[in-house]
Amino acid sequence: MTALLVVLAALGAWEGYARLSGIAEFILPPPSAVATSLVDDRGLLWSNFAITAGEIAVGIGAALLLGLAFAVVLHLCPALRRGVYPLLVGSQTVPIPIIAPLLVVWFGFGLAPKVSIIALVCFFPIVVPTLDALGRVDPDLRKLMRSFGSTRWQTFRIVEAPAALPGLFTGAKLSVAIATIAAVLAEQAGSENGLGWLFLQALPQFETPRAYAAVFVLSSFAVLLFWLLALAERRLLPWSRQPRGTAP
Amino acid sequence: MQTRMTVPVQAPPPARATTGAVRLRDVRKTFAAQRSSGSPVTALEGLSLDAAPGEFVAVVGPSGCGKTTLLELVCGLTAPDAGTVDAAPAALMAQRDLLLPWASAVENAALALRVGGGPRAPARERASALLRDFGLAGFERARPHELSGGMRQRVAFARTLLAGRPVLCLDEPFAALDALTRAEMQEWLAGALAADPRTVVMVTHDVEEAVVLADRVVVLSPRPGRVVATLAVTAPRPRRRTDPAVVALRARALAELGGRS
Repeated sequence: MTALLVVLAALGAWEGYARLSGIAEFILPPPSAVATSLVDDRGLLWSNFAITAGEIAVGIGAALLLGLAFAVVLHLCPALRRGVYPLLVGSQTVPIPIIAPLLVVWFGFGLAPKVSIIALVCFFPIVVPTLDALGRVDPDLRKLMRSFGSTRWQTFRIVEAPAALPGLFTGAKLSVAIATIAAVLAEQAGSENGLGWLFLQALPQFETPRAYAAVFVLSSFAVLLFWLLALAERRLLPWSRQPRGTAP
Repeated sequence: MQTRMTVPVQAPPPARATTGAVRLRDVRKTFAAQRSSGSPVTALEGLSLDAAPGEFVAVVGPSGCGKTTLLELVCGLTAPDAGTVDAAPAALMAQRDLLLPWASAVENAALALRVGGGPRAPARERASALLRDFGLAGFERARPHELSGGMRQRVAFARTLLAGRPVLCLDEPFAALDALTRAEMQEWLAGALAADPRTVVMVTHDVEEAVVLADRVVVLSPRPGRVVATLAVTAPRPRRRTDPAVVALRARALAELGGRS
């Protein structure tokens, strides 16, 4: 509620400044112009949104599969974890604007380079919290399982895997937030469609309101995805929101 | 619906503890130094302890005297550096309930049965029946965070019993509860063990709890832990903490504890 008021106040101030200061619309369009563009350009925005949303969905999906697989393998094999974890960190420090054009050169203008970049960016924030959650299982609980004669695999299946789900959700939520940035960077490195491409096309045409509208659509999509994930987490893992269940 | 009627409820193990002896002889257990500056820590040194089948032995001692290590030895979770440990299969119950937060009371109680394999329906049936015996009827499907501390400990105890081991190792099982609930739970534990007798080795820092519940109270020295006194509790059950015999024994045990520190 308060957040809504803050947004409304900021929009009002922006609208007032853009109109009263006489600043050119292609430099700072007022929110009303952006809204008009949202309506007038809806066909263009929608078709490009569908492209970008598809890239993001496939990219995050790939990152979730790979990230989960990596986290599980590294967790079950501590030696591998020591060897591979630093490489994972390294992979995250490679600047995406450098990689993106390379991938375009390798894979062309299609879906593959975008999905690769989104998956690359989202992979790390998924692996880290999942791996952490797997490793944070109470040692006394492992001991208890051992006293019941549990095998390594049983302890993983019965105790560790469910305990890791909140970590996986945290990773997915982080991914959603940064996947949009990755998608735009990937599209700007070379593509023929998508919201990032639309944004880049709109600016030199002095269609600044359309560029803002593209940003608005993309941000709204990310917020919606985040909200859906948070909702799913609350529904599927109600226990994870409780204070640690073992505390008295 | 028909299957529900015909599925036989698997009988619990016979309610007589004829097996389940525990025998520790001259046990030593040393842990490697935690930090480079520290020296190795000897938790137990020359410790000998016996529990006859069906006997309730309480072990009291100052903090850090290796009580938990003693239980891990009995449960076979760790091996002694010297001496021998000869114990019937044992199940461990810790101070914290260690219930799985995503699982219901029944699923938690049936954990050991699930680990042991076997069909799921009879396991759940046995767990529900035991939870009902433990006064948790109606809470079978509740998650741990919906239960009170005392209820959670009862679920944890059901889980320990259903492991089906002749020996129970209880590690300060009620230390995390408030005084009132603790007293209730001690009474309740005495009743539950009367219904399903097992050999019990209980570690506690609460001398009164030890005297009220146990057949024998073993007093350990500060680290490295050794047995400094063994007190037989012959007072009839059920015992009250105000019984003169209980009060006298408690004073003796405290004197043994205090005199050696």
